[in-house]
Order: sequence, then C-alpha cells, then structure tokens
Amino acid sequence: MQAQEPLTILIAEDSAADRLLLSTIVRRQGHEVLTATNGAEALEVFRRQAPHLVLMDAMMPVMDGFEAARQIKALAGETLVPIIFLTSLTESEALARCLEAGGDDFLAKPYNQVILAAKIKAMDRLRRLQATVLQQRDLIAKHHDYLLNEQRVAKAVFDKVAHSGCLSAPNIRYLQSPYALFNGDLLLAAYTPAGDMHVLLGDFTGHGLPAAVGAMPLAEVFYGMTAKGYGLAETLREMNAKLKRILPVDMFCCATMLCLSFQRRTVEVWNGGMPDGYLHRIATGERVPLPARHLPLGVLNPQAFDDRTEVQAMTVGDRVFLLSDGVIDTTDADDRLFGVERLQQLFAANHEPDNLFAEIAQALHAFRGEPRDDVSMVEVSLLEAAHVVPPAPVYSDSGQSSPLDWSVSFEFRGATLKRFNPLPYLLQLLLEVHGLRTQGGAIYSVLAELYSNALEHGVLGLDSSLKRDAAGFARYYEMRNERLEALQDGYVRVHLQIKPQGAGGCLVIRVEDSGKGFDVARVMERPLDGVRLSGRGVSLIRQLGHNASWSDEGRSACVEFFWEG
Amino acid sequence: MTDTHIDREALSVLREVMEEGYPELLDTFLADSEIRLAELQKTADTKALSEVAHSFKGSASNMGAVRLAELCRELESGAKDKSPEEIVKLVAEISVEFAEVRPVYENEKHHAHMH
Repeated sequence: MQAQEPLTILIAEDSAADRLLLSTIVRRQGHEVLTATNGAEALEVFRRQAPHLVLMDAMMPVMDGFEAARQIKALAGETLVPIIFLTSLTESEALARCLEAGGDDFLAKPYNQVILAAKIKAMDRLRRLQATVLQQRDLIAKHHDYLLNEQRVAKAVFDKVAHSGCLSAPNIRYLQSPYALFNGDLLLAAYTPAGDMHVLLGDFTGHGLPAAVGAMPLAEVFYGMTAKGYGLAETLREMNAKLKRILPVDMFCCATMLCLSFQRRTVEVWNGGMPDGYLHRIATGERVPLPARHLPLGVLNPQAFDDRTEVQAMTVGDRVFLLSDGVIDTTDADDRLFGVERLQQLFAANHEPDNLFAEIAQALHAFRGEPRDDVSMVEVSLLEAAHVVPPAPVYSDSGQSSPLDWSVSFEFRGATLKRFNPLPYLLQLLLEVHGLRTQGGAIYSVLAELYSNALEHGVLGLDSSLKRDAAGFARYYEMRNERLEALQDGYVRVHLQIKPQGAGGCLVIRVEDSGKGFDVARVMERPLDGVRLSGRGVSLIRQLGHNASWSDEGRSACVEFFWEG
Repeated sequence: MTDTHIDREALSVLREVMEEGYPELLDTFLADSEIRLAELQKTADTKALSEVAHSFKGSASNMGAVRLAELCRELESGAKDKSPEEIVKLVAEISVEFAEVRPVYENEKHHAHMH
C-alpha cells in the first residue's frame, strides 16, 4: 500500500487525558496535530490553519461538537473536510445527530489506534476523491464554456452569412431551433436577379461544430451564385463539387433546393436525400410529393453528379412545404417512429394552412413527450409577381469606369448549350454599366426569357402549348431534359450593344437561334395578360422591355432598354 | 486488584503508545478525574451531572478503568430518572471506585519511572 502523505488533523476534545492520548496516537501515525478544547476554539483553529481532517468530541463546553461541525462544513464549502466524531455515545438518536451536523464517521471510546489509522486513511481517500471530482468538474465546466463560446462565435459569423438572404420575405414561414446549425440543419433563401426565389433546406451528417463547418461554404456558394443569376443546376453542381472536395468522406449534406418563379408560376425542385417535400395545391387540396431523386450533396464526384430538376406549375397561394428528417424520425418512449403516415394525418386534419407548423410541432411534442431541437420546417408560398419586391442590390464601386459605347456577340453551340448557362456572365457584363443597374432584374428576366425561348422552342423545338395543364407541364420539362441530352447541333446567338444617348444610353439585346421559328403575327395578337401557363414569356418580354420585335420568322428577337443620365 | 476494575491489556497498549509520555498521561487522567469527581459531588443539576459523567466515562474507558466507566455510564443515562438519594449513592460509588483504582495508576507511574 502507498505510504500516506502526512495530514494536518485538528483534535477538538475537552477531556485533557483523552486529548493527550489521541494527539499522541495521531502524531505517531505521522500527522501534524492541532488541538482545541471546545467547539468555539475548534472553529477558530479551523479558520486560521485549515486542517485536512477534524476529530471532534460531541459533548464539549462553550460550543458543542454538533454546532462546531455544522460551522466547519459551512466554512469548507465544496472542499471535503472529513469530520470524525469522537464519542462514547450509544443512543442511535445521538449518533444520527452527529451525521445530521455533517459528521462523516464515528470513533468510539476507548480508542483503538488500528481502527483510527484505518478511518483516517479512508477519510483521506474520500477527501482526495472529492478534490479530484471538483477539479474535473471545473475542467468540464471550462471546456463547456469554451464550446459554448465557440458555438456563439460560429453562429454569429454564420448568421451574418445566412441572414444576407431573404428568410424574412413575406411568403416564407419557417420553424427552426436557433441552434439548428449545430444539428447540421441549414435553411437558406435568396432572390435571383430576375426576382425568382431560391430556397435550400439542408441537413449535414453529424452534430456539433463538425456538422456546422460545411454550412459556411455551402451558404457562400448558394448566395454568391443565386445573386449572379445562376440556376439550380449550376449552383447544385458547384455546391456538390465543393462539399465533395472539402468534406471528409463520411460527411455529406442532404438537401432540397427550390427555385420559385413568381413570373412563370413554377417551382423547380431538386431533392437529394431529404424526406419528401410537398407542393400543396390550395384549390384542390392536393399535396404533390417532392421525393428525393438524388444522392445528397458531397457524395458523388462532379462527373457523376446528377443536376436534373423537376418543374411543377403553381397558382397564386399554392405552398411548397419542406421538412428535415427530425420530423419523421422523432421517436416516442417505445422507440416507435413518428413516420410519414402520422405527418399525412396531420396534413389531412389541417384546416387553416397557417396553423400547420404549430400543429406539427405540437404533435411531435406530444408524441415524444418533450420538444426536440433538430426539427426544421419551411413553407414557401407563391405570391402575385407584382407583390414580390426583391431588395435592390448594393454596389460598392465608384462608377468612374462605367463603359458606355461597346457591343459584343456570342454564339453558343450544341455541346455548350447542354451544360453552360451564359446568363450570369452576360448579366455581370451588363451591370458594369451603372445606368442599367436599377433595371438589373428586368434585364435579367428578359434575357433569361429570350435565351430559354431560343433554346427550348428554337433549338430544341419544344411546343409551348404543351404547358397548358399541369401534366403537360411536367411532360414539357421531361422532354426538355431528353432533347438537351441528345443535342448535337444548333446554336443560340446573343448580341449586346450599348450606345450613349444624351446623358443616358440604350441597351439593345438581340437573340437568334437555329430553330424553325414561329408565327410572329399570331403570337403578337395575344393580349398582354401573362397569366396562362403557356406563351407567358412573350408577354413578359413585351412588358419589361421596350420595342420588343421578332424577325426572321421568329428566329431573331430584339428588345431595348433605356436609361437617363 | 482484580481485573473487574482495570483492563490490564489496555494499560499495556497505552504504555506502548505513549512511551515517555505515559507518566504525563497518567497524571493528566488523575488530575482530570479529581476535578470531575468534585463536580459530581457538588452539583444537583441532572443535566450537568449527566454531561460530566459522560466525559468521565469516556476518559475512564480510554484508561482501561472499566468498572469506573460502567458506573459513570449508569449515572449518565440514569441521572434524570433517579432520586436524589440514588444519585448521591451512585456518586459515592464512583468516588469509592476511583479511590480503588487510583493506586494502580500511581503504581504505573512509579514503574514507568523505574524504566
């Protein structure tokens, strides 16, 4: 057995003979001895010299051992100062009083030095154990504080990035724990230059900071590319490639990404590994599932990544509902899953759409018996395009180098048309002209419409009348994907011309394609209503741009924009 | 002196533990006991009697005075129930017992000095 380190031991005993005897025994066992002849003296010695252990007679004049023990324990606080009562007390009631006063053990008279040594040793072990526990508790508390602080900092930085989006837009409602980031949950939303809305609900594998680190690059790609006018496919490809490159193999991000177009009244969806989302058609009450069709982001290498999206038609008031797996994976006390069926029962029972979140949250709480903090839900509704007001972008350059007299022509051919989206690049170029910046959204919308008309109706030869109903709508986008995949020849040409005019200037956009053209006169006869599923593009172009005209049997479209000085 | 009064084994342990401090312990015990005996004889307060008897019992047991410790225990626990006559009788018995054992400790001291 390890030799015991010497302790400082206080002996409080009013009987001189007993005190002398006990002091001698304890000293001979190698400890330093302090003595007191009553409770008050014992307390005084304790205050002054802080002994490790106290041997305390119960019955003493001035202040008895019970009171002294109570006060010593109070002074010692969290530190364990063992008190062994010296007593020939035999009544159990008196022994109980010793324990109540804070006594840790008893030593009966006559003293037995072997038992005394064993008790001192046992109490010393206990004392050291307590000291170790306190030390470790303080260490854990310190680490915990560190961790919380790290999370606070990470969250503050992330919130700066995440809140650059438009989660506060009037058509978005969401439910998410303030610390969802540390459960790997991520919700992003931003306007595109055309006034469409991109929304991403993601769920990283893992918990804590490791789950949060991937959120930052993902959010940067999301906001950066959305603001520049990139579509879902390019943004998703970039996010996947970035996560694949930077995350360890066992980390990835399940995600659903939406592009909600108020102009076209469509929602474009890509779901990689998330639970089914739902498109709730308010008119019919139908809930169209938006199931996962892909592996999560960060799993496949860029060559194998599949960026195919699905497009659904919407009407004003329709809602898209997305949720994290925290909802359906919630378990009750018997380990049963909440599951999709219970969710659908809630859907069926829901009468007031605005109460849906509260009803789901309440049901989860009731099912589990307590709330959980890794449940994320978001609902995005389609507004009238006129009610959507994206904030004006902020530019930081001085405007001194704004180019005012130039033209440029591009021809995008077969293989390029399959993958490359030239619109963000073209938009960046045009926004170098300061006078055009306030019209950036309209220019982008028109440019996007002209380009997709040229590509889809021209090069791919798709018939827009297919888009008259929801089924045809889906069919249209399937055919678009198929034909684009098979595309060999064809081109889309874009000519941009900037001319100064007085203090202001003029932008001429001309887009040509290699397709069959269309009956210009018939399309131009249509009223500028813009509410039908098909043919809306032409109305949009005519409303947003000036002098829209078509020539070469519809194969060449021209639109102008003006600005004042 | 028979073993009903003194635990001889306890004494030899004390001698061993105390070494050169043994005579001092014996002196202290005897002086302490004189004081306690005087207190027992002059007080009529049963609570005070009980407390003094308790302390006396403790040191008596430590010193191996088993019969003295037993009498003190009887006084400590019975002080509040016994009649004044019984208490006077019990205190007298304690005095007699102390007078009986006193020479043993005196003798121990003497022997200790002889070493």
